[in-house]
Amino acid sequence: MFEFLSLIDWSRAQFALTAGFHWIFVPFTLGITYIIATMETVYFFTGSEFWKKLTQFWTKIFAVNFAVGVATGIILEFEFGTNWSNYSWFVGDIFGAPLVIEWLAAFFLETTFLAVMLLGWDKVSKRFHLASAWIVAFGGSFSAVWILIANGWMQHPTGMVFNPDTLRNEMISIWGVVSNPVALTKLFHAISSAITLASVVVIGISSWYLLKGREKEFAYKTIGLVAIFGIIGSIMNIIAGDLAGKDMAKYQPMKVAAVEGLYDGGEYASFAPFAFFGAQKADGTRDVLWSIEMPGVLSWLLFGDTSAYVPGIRDLLQWDPARGIVSAPERIRNGKIAIESLRQYKEFMKNGNVKDAQNALNNYKKYAADFGYGYFDENNLGELVPNVPFLFWAFRYMVGLGFFIALFFPLMWWLARKRTLEKCRPVLLFGLILIPFVYISSELGWAVAEMGRQPWIVYEVLPTKAAISATNATTVALIFFGFFIIFTLLFIAAFRIALNQIKVGPQIAEKETPENEDDENDTPAEVPAAKKVIARKTPVRKQAAKKEETVTEKPAPRKRTPKKQAE
Amino acid sequence: MQILRSVFFFYYNGLRNMTIFGRNLWKLVIFKVIFLVIIANFLFPNLLKENFNNDTDRANHVAENLLNPGK
Repeated sequence: MFEFLSLIDWSRAQFALTAGFHWIFVPFTLGITYIIATMETVYFFTGSEFWKKLTQFWTKIFAVNFAVGVATGIILEFEFGTNWSNYSWFVGDIFGAPLVIEWLAAFFLETTFLAVMLLGWDKVSKRFHLASAWIVAFGGSFSAVWILIANGWMQHPTGMVFNPDTLRNEMISIWGVVSNPVALTKLFHAISSAITLASVVVIGISSWYLLKGREKEFAYKTIGLVAIFGIIGSIMNIIAGDLAGKDMAKYQPMKVAAVEGLYDGGEYASFAPFAFFGAQKADGTRDVLWSIEMPGVLSWLLFGDTSAYVPGIRDLLQWDPARGIVSAPERIRNGKIAIESLRQYKEFMKNGNVKDAQNALNNYKKYAADFGYGYFDENNLGELVPNVPFLFWAFRYMVGLGFFIALFFPLMWWLARKRTLEKCRPVLLFGLILIPFVYISSELGWAVAEMGRQPWIVYEVLPTKAAISATNATTVALIFFGFFIIFTLLFIAAFRIALNQIKVGPQIAEKETPENEDDENDTPAEVPAAKKVIARKTPVRKQAAKKEETVTEKPAPRKRTPKKQAE
Repeated sequence: MQILRSVFFFYYNGLRNMTIFGRNLWKLVIFKVIFLVIIANFLFPNLLKENFNNDTDRANHVAENLLNPGK
């Protein structure tokens, strides 16, 4: 029934679905926690109820995201044990420790202090509450550190040594693993893009309020603050993206060549903003049907020198002795010798033939660098090339949108500062529409990183096809569809809860806005006579707010209206 | 002891006075916990842990898979 895809494809699809679902929630969690902590810091120093309400509202939106997103990552670990048992064993010591630390950090640190953020208003001191907000923010990033160290190791393995007796990689230096340059760049990129994504979402929701003519002060203050986060996030993103590109050029040249659609490399390598490709041929290449090229720009972007040499896909597959590139067929032959030598070593050791075992081991060590290539066929080099058209366009979507929203944030900040956003309805509408696009960009960024690494699960060490377990493709496919249904339902449920909360709004009365708070503190007589609680202006809010109050919260003690005060 | 008591009542009162919003979130969380328990126990056995008793057998099994790629 599911034969149209192989076991490896179903296993990858299941993993991608789970990771993709998890990744919907992770960046927003990482980014918004810093925004919330900053809002609460303003509240802490000013004592303004307005900023408290702002903090409370965005904490609720964050809580929805956290409740759905948290622990979905654990499913990935289950999948490792069932569908990827060879991989789990092969990398266990390296991959296991960071994931356990990540899991512990996410659960015990974040959930404990998130509970304080949600339940602790007026129950714990303001100082402790503020500290909790910052702990949740840094705790989120702390757990991201470990998962990205694990992922960075898959992209560029460091700090480990392969044990031929156990067939496992063993950590020889925790510092070597932790200080992996690819992991550090990925962490920087993940946090910067998370801040950018969260800023777009928060500004989008605030734009919706302005489009509806509601919560104006709330929306202006939120956009004014969060646009600054967006500007900082975007600048960090550009720097992180540049560093990631340079890392790729250094450690994963095939990924760079695929992302750039560069089949024939050389000096003064061209950057192509647009290109269309033909079908893949037997030698792993494609015809570039049409492209716009900017000579020297790619060399400059990757190496800071327009004349720098950038290898193309063809160069990486074929012999290029002048550049020290060994041909893929030769590496495949070396890899097959390495695998056979290791097999002989195990066999000799089993029979107690230590001398021959040592010879086999020495032979393995001679070719160990090409071990992973031994799983490929030199007559099918296309297997060594990732999906070029997908990577090319996914990368351009991500980078293009990234630059575009880097211009969008200053515009929003400027219009919010001038308080003219309400007059610019197309801009507000655009801010709202941008939300799904930024999520697509985030998912594509992850896809570029992971699909660009193919056909390797651990870059140039272990191919993906050697990592899977001998399970049943139909079972994996059925679980894939089951997950698809459950994840969709979870997403709809979370979306509806968040949407209801957004419709209810922050429930900030006009008198609670910073300006009016100041007025109230100065001279009560100057308070405008027509103070109304904005929360009761629209029927939707009225219903939702009423529902909330009746079931759960005690209504706040009604304050005397200014009119009564005047009387 | 006083601290433990405070922590207990902090959570107890907080959970008792939850809003509809909070209750909906908890429904989601409980659904997810049940989902995770089911899949962990029934859908995703750890093949190496369940099928082999010790690390030597596990290593031999993985060696069989990794060192005989054409098989």
